[in-house]
Amino acid sequence: MQETTGKPRLNAVARAWDSDVAWSFRHSPLAVIAAFVSILIILAAVFAPWIAPHDPFNPATLNLMDGFTAPMEPNQFTGNVYWLGTDNQGRDVFSTILYGARISLFVGFMAVLFAMVLGITLGLIAGYRGGWVDSLLMRVADVQLTFPSILLALLIFGVARGFIPPAYREAMAIWVLIVAIGLSDWVQYARVVRGATMVEKSKEYVQAARVIGAHPAKILLRHILPNVMGPVLVIATIGLALAIIAEATLSFLGVGVPSTQPSLGTLIRIGQGFLFSGEWWILLFPSITLLALALSVNLLGDWLRDALNPRLR
Amino acid sequence: MLTVYAADAGSDMLAFILRRLVQSVIVMLTVALVAFALFRFVGDPIASMVGQETTLAERAELRDALGLNDPFVVQFGKFVARASTGDFGISYRLQQPVMELILSRLPATLELALVSGVLAFVFGVGFGVYTALRRGNWLSGTIMTASLIGVSLPTFLIGVLLIWVFAVELQWLPSFGRGEVVQVGNWWRTGLLTESGRASLILPAITLGLYQMTLIMRLVRAEMLEVLRTDYIKFARARGLSNRAVHFGHALKNTLVPVITITGLQLGSIIAFSIITETVFQWPGVGALFINSVRFVDVPVMAAYLMLIALVFVVINLVVDLLYYAVDPRLRVDRANARH
Amino acid sequence: MAPVHKSGPLLSVRDLVVEFPTRRGTLRALDKVSFDIAEGEVLGMVGESGAGKSLTGAAIIGLLEPPGRIAGGEILLRGERIDNLPREKMRRIRGRRIGMVFQDPLTSLNPLYTVAEQLIETIRTHMDVSEKEARKRAVALLDRVGIPAAARRIDDYPHHFSGGMRQRVVIALALAAEPELVIADEPTTALDVSVQAQIIDVLKEICAERGASVMLITHDMGVIAETADRVAVLYAGRLAEIGPVRDVIQAAEHPYTVGLMGSIPTLTQTAERLTQIPGSMPRLDAIQQGCAFNPRCTRAFDRCRVERPDLIARGEERQVACWLYDPAKEAQDV
Repeated sequence: MQETTGKPRLNAVARAWDSDVAWSFRHSPLAVIAAFVSILIILAAVFAPWIAPHDPFNPATLNLMDGFTAPMEPNQFTGNVYWLGTDNQGRDVFSTILYGARISLFVGFMAVLFAMVLGITLGLIAGYRGGWVDSLLMRVADVQLTFPSILLALLIFGVARGFIPPAYREAMAIWVLIVAIGLSDWVQYARVVRGATMVEKSKEYVQAARVIGAHPAKILLRHILPNVMGPVLVIATIGLALAIIAEATLSFLGVGVPSTQPSLGTLIRIGQGFLFSGEWWILLFPSITLLALALSVNLLGDWLRDALNPRLR
Repeated sequence: MLTVYAADAGSDMLAFILRRLVQSVIVMLTVALVAFALFRFVGDPIASMVGQETTLAERAELRDALGLNDPFVVQFGKFVARASTGDFGISYRLQQPVMELILSRLPATLELALVSGVLAFVFGVGFGVYTALRRGNWLSGTIMTASLIGVSLPTFLIGVLLIWVFAVELQWLPSFGRGEVVQVGNWWRTGLLTESGRASLILPAITLGLYQMTLIMRLVRAEMLEVLRTDYIKFARARGLSNRAVHFGHALKNTLVPVITITGLQLGSIIAFSIITETVFQWPGVGALFINSVRFVDVPVMAAYLMLIALVFVVINLVVDLLYYAVDPRLRVDRANARH
Repeated sequence: MAPVHKSGPLLSVRDLVVEFPTRRGTLRALDKVSFDIAEGEVLGMVGESGAGKSLTGAAIIGLLEPPGRIAGGEILLRGERIDNLPREKMRRIRGRRIGMVFQDPLTSLNPLYTVAEQLIETIRTHMDVSEKEARKRAVALLDRVGIPAAARRIDDYPHHFSGGMRQRVVIALALAAEPELVIADEPTTALDVSVQAQIIDVLKEICAERGASVMLITHDMGVIAETADRVAVLYAGRLAEIGPVRDVIQAAEHPYTVGLMGSIPTLTQTAERLTQIPGSMPRLDAIQQGCAFNPRCTRAFDRCRVERPDLIARGEERQVACWLYDPAKEAQDV
């Protein structure tokens, strides 16, 4: 009994291990390192409240005397030692990075999710309905594609702020940011799904579904999603890197998350202010974290695209 | 491939340009609609124009005088008419005509964008060709890895790091502003003619151009590798043409056809991305103006900037299409010669 | 028919081995292929796709696509080795001494240059002539390959020409520097049936005129029968049989060639009577031990499954790689 149930599963694992994608992963040291770094940062961000030695957002635990402590050196007043030093308010840089990465990743993942759901839905509608709906959506996509997404995100952010009463702007900022970044990046998903839908919809099983009274769109979704999983995954991975960068950029420009919830971009903006006075660590460590995160996710996306599309190799 | 059946190449070209022009106008009108919607629906234009003590009656009067009670289409028509003469109203924040604000800052942005565009193109094509031809040697490997970092590095971070190294630590180059500028003509103030102006341009131009350079480089490399695999390159080699002739006479020329399109479009992106660079380097251009307008919901400036960027994109698209047409003979369908 | 081994061949290929290192091991795409081409001779090279015909051509002209490489044997042009020449020396041979015509005329010409530019560039690469003289030669060449109004059409771009006309341009380009050997790799496969014969005629005539030898790669036995002096049959990267065309067609010896000849349609045969060899050529990574053809061969015996047959001489001009013709075996049978 155990033999029969155990064997197929073992085979599936063996097959996955032997598949081209896995082979390519094992033979690409860069991809392995990138995956390791991404997972490390993501885990550290998720478990920030348990890992971080300090809570940078709890004013009660902050001691202004601890301000500007250099990394690995005891503070001249309190004698406290911080791995990566502290900022002007005495916040532990390591802890702010963990919490900052948490916000950066949250915004990044949510924005990608939003863009994906929006893109897949619109792509399905455009591909299935065709006609003027399709032309309109694709024209919008074309026009949108000619503008850099960061500009679009900025505009959407500005517009949304115009609609939101000033009293709520701070509280809604993160969600506005997610919508702004997500809206600026739905086009690629839509194109892939639209293409696949147009191929599938003429096939017989869709017609058959109509005959038995099932809604063809539901069936299409079930058949198309597996087909576009690969490209969507690639777009989403690279999209995650782009979203993280976009969030950091907007926050750096001072139009992103509020400074009460600093993301990596905000931390870099704060750190830039201390560049000329010599407190380099306030800038450097968040920058390295952002770079490591963006680079490793980008590398993963790059590798994934090549691995799923051997023709490009 | 064009399917215009014209008697000669001249009118063919004309039809091509006309069609592109019509498309451009449609795009501009669409963007104008978005800009107008911004104007009309984001915030209350009246509230941002008048003080606290203005009475309701006065407000209604102003609303009427401004035509805010007209039908939507009429208002949009008026908006387009005024916009086409460069009238975008008064900035809520700075209380100056928007067009004046933009024009006074445009030269700074254009100089920055142009210099970084040239940098990006020259180095992008150079590195792209090198890495395609010398695939697998250590230098191209290094360039490719560096380019990946370049793509992943957010523009603002590049700027900040450059400031740290070259302005703070080495103190070679200034970290903000345009340096000394010289008035040229009525509108243009240039930093290119003074030493401090040129020194101030270096870091921002590298910051702004680096990302575009890596993009162009990767594109050139990919296209070049593609072209090097084609039959006509194999045939050129089989005829004993020198490597130089094959690589630069044949492969590069064919590579550049698609590269021109993308590079042209990148120039538009450069102007848009200058928002970030200008903020980092406190460069007094339109990008910095725009960022502040977003921060303070200064709608007239946002709308005008949107239209300006759209115009830049449309013009660049048009020029790129014409260039494309000039480079690729297959697009010139001169029927007189096309006999089989 | 040209005397083959007497005066020393123009081209001599000896035990040529071409390998492709891949992720799952090294593939041997050509395995000890040997043949000669005499001065002025047309050698036909036939086989199924994947048999290694085009690879042989690419190896001779020194344009194997990496990671493919010559792993053994030698290639001699008038007795001089050319398979190990420095890159620059080999380049000077390409076009000048060995010309090549590719399969698809639609993709063989650079779309961004006029025919004149491409011809003149080729001529001036190899010959020390003025631009004007090169252009004069170019026009004459185009005229010779049958382009009407050559002096005017020469300034057209490739896309202005039809497929057949483009292949004429390709032939003109291959012959521009008067090579001694022309390798034509399926020169008519991509063309309309109606112009195939014309292109072959042009190629054959112009080479005969200049005394150039031709290696004609094709899977079309009909073309070989009409054009070639001798024919070499490739199977799975190995030479199965080589000999004068008439002999091979009328009395094929290798069982694979016999099957191949059975598949030539002729006017007197009807479609049903075309024979077909059951099975298909093995992939390069799955070649059986012994003779590569043994799994499909109706006459295979034990030895064929164990030991690989070398080329066995059959009279003056013919060779066949088949144990059926092993002298020892024949002696036994008799």
